[in-house]
Amino acid sequence: MSLWSILVVPFAEYAFMRTALVACIALAVASGPLGTLLLLRRMGLFGNVLSHAVMPGAAIGFALAGSALAVLSIGGLITGLAMVLFMMIGTRFGEQREDVSLAAFYTASIGVGVLVVSLRGTNVDLMHVLLGTVLAIDVPALVLIVTIASIVVASLAFIFRPLAIQSFDPAFLRATGGSDIAYRAIFLVLIVLDLVAGFQALGTLLAGVPLLLPPAAARCWARRIGPLVGLSIGFGIVAGYAGLLASYHLNVPSGPAIACAAALIYAASTLVPASRILMTALKATRPI
Amino acid sequence: MSEASNRDAAGSQPRNGRHGRVTVRDLTVGYRERVAVEAVSGVFVAGSLTAIVGANGAGKTTLLHAIAGLIAPRHGSIEITGAEVPADLAYLPQSDSIDRDFPISVLEFTALGGWARIGVLGRVPMELRLHAMSALQAVGLDDLAGRMLGELSVGQFRRALFARVIVQDAAIVLLDEPFAGVDAATSDELLRLMQHWHGEGRTVMVALHDLDQVLAIFPATLLLARKVIAWGETVTALTPEKLLEAGLAALPGTRARSRPAMPSSR
Repeated sequence: MSLWSILVVPFAEYAFMRTALVACIALAVASGPLGTLLLLRRMGLFGNVLSHAVMPGAAIGFALAGSALAVLSIGGLITGLAMVLFMMIGTRFGEQREDVSLAAFYTASIGVGVLVVSLRGTNVDLMHVLLGTVLAIDVPALVLIVTIASIVVASLAFIFRPLAIQSFDPAFLRATGGSDIAYRAIFLVLIVLDLVAGFQALGTLLAGVPLLLPPAAARCWARRIGPLVGLSIGFGIVAGYAGLLASYHLNVPSGPAIACAAALIYAASTLVPASRILMTALKATRPI
Repeated sequence: MSEASNRDAAGSQPRNGRHGRVTVRDLTVGYRERVAVEAVSGVFVAGSLTAIVGANGAGKTTLLHAIAGLIAPRHGSIEITGAEVPADLAYLPQSDSIDRDFPISVLEFTALGGWARIGVLGRVPMELRLHAMSALQAVGLDDLAGRMLGELSVGQFRRALFARVIVQDAAIVLLDEPFAGVDAATSDELLRLMQHWHGEGRTVMVALHDLDQVLAIFPATLLLARKVIAWGETVTALTPEKLLEAGLAALPGTRARSRPAMPSSR
């Protein structure tokens, strides 16, 4: 089997592979900058919690309308936004510590979601909601994903600067007239939108993958924002491509394959700073 | 750092020649159940240089936060005249409120002082870059302009914060413990810069602990212990009795003076 037939032919021959690849690219382009900001804000785990918050809504959508994608998405969007609201009110007035309420909410989300899907659907349906169906993405679903990705990228282009300032010096943003709450709300809504797009492809369990793993890997290589964002997008695309190929050739589920590819990239990337530290240590111990 | 480069960087007076006056009326500020500042009334006149002195937890930072608009008063009001807030107000926070791991260069960080003027969109104009560069020169940090913020020492980071305030070019300048944890040389240079801002007619308020510095440099002092203990000329505000009342047992002058009184930069 030639390299060409391994790397290119699956996409040349099958429309569903091309559609899936385009969806992965769109997700990577939107999630790269968003996830970079998420990690710089030290909110990585929160992103993961939010991705599970999409679950009960999607499940209720499924119970009401079967696997109609639009209904699932709207449902997921609603519970995701509810979570954002809950979280913003919580940090403002809440007595409960944030991580406590988040942990409660996120385990409850999965429980409720699985329960609701099981009431009406089969185990296969459950797997679809949990792990996504990137290979079954049709044209309307692709349009939805690309539209969401475009909204995310365009919004970020408009407000990247205040979002960046807010990440490391929120008091300065407010003192110079930027609205803390407004920017935080917009940022969280963009995260939810991105997760709703991601959940079509990767399911509610893995929707956070493009948002978290590629930017985490990029942090091992780059230190400035521009390269961080660029590498995040690049890693996201590579993970999508490699995951789809693995899924095709090895006949494994596509969503988890993409997640594993992203995890491999991350694991390999962590060797970069580790090797740097090792080199410094070796240099330091070498006799002069 | 030369006096000349100072002047170049900061200009001769605040942008638009504004002179900010801050009037505080019966101000009470708190967090949840705790009242941090209670019934504070008084005026920071335009062009004044005021030290805000008090024990830990006396409400110094809270008062500055309230004036900077970072926390809403529970009662009372803050009126700012002669300057347009927030554009004409610069607030230098305590260093620990900033996440220094954020990947941004010293020059970019400094240039952010002008972000409110260039707005959300748009590239950083060359003019702002130059302004930021000359501000870094004024604080003696121009060699490190390309470094990442996280690589700076405590003292260097404080200099960068001062440079950002220079770029903000505000009529009202609030400094929250700007000299804490820096060496004497850095602290002297930054003090001189602060005096220079005072000389330009900006209204400057500084929360700080070093009573020797206060006595040597600050014409006016607000002595705070949740409520106002004294507010006026430094010599009349910092009497031993009032310091005791404010919970500051250490009397000025009892410690060895670490440095000579600063010459005015005027």
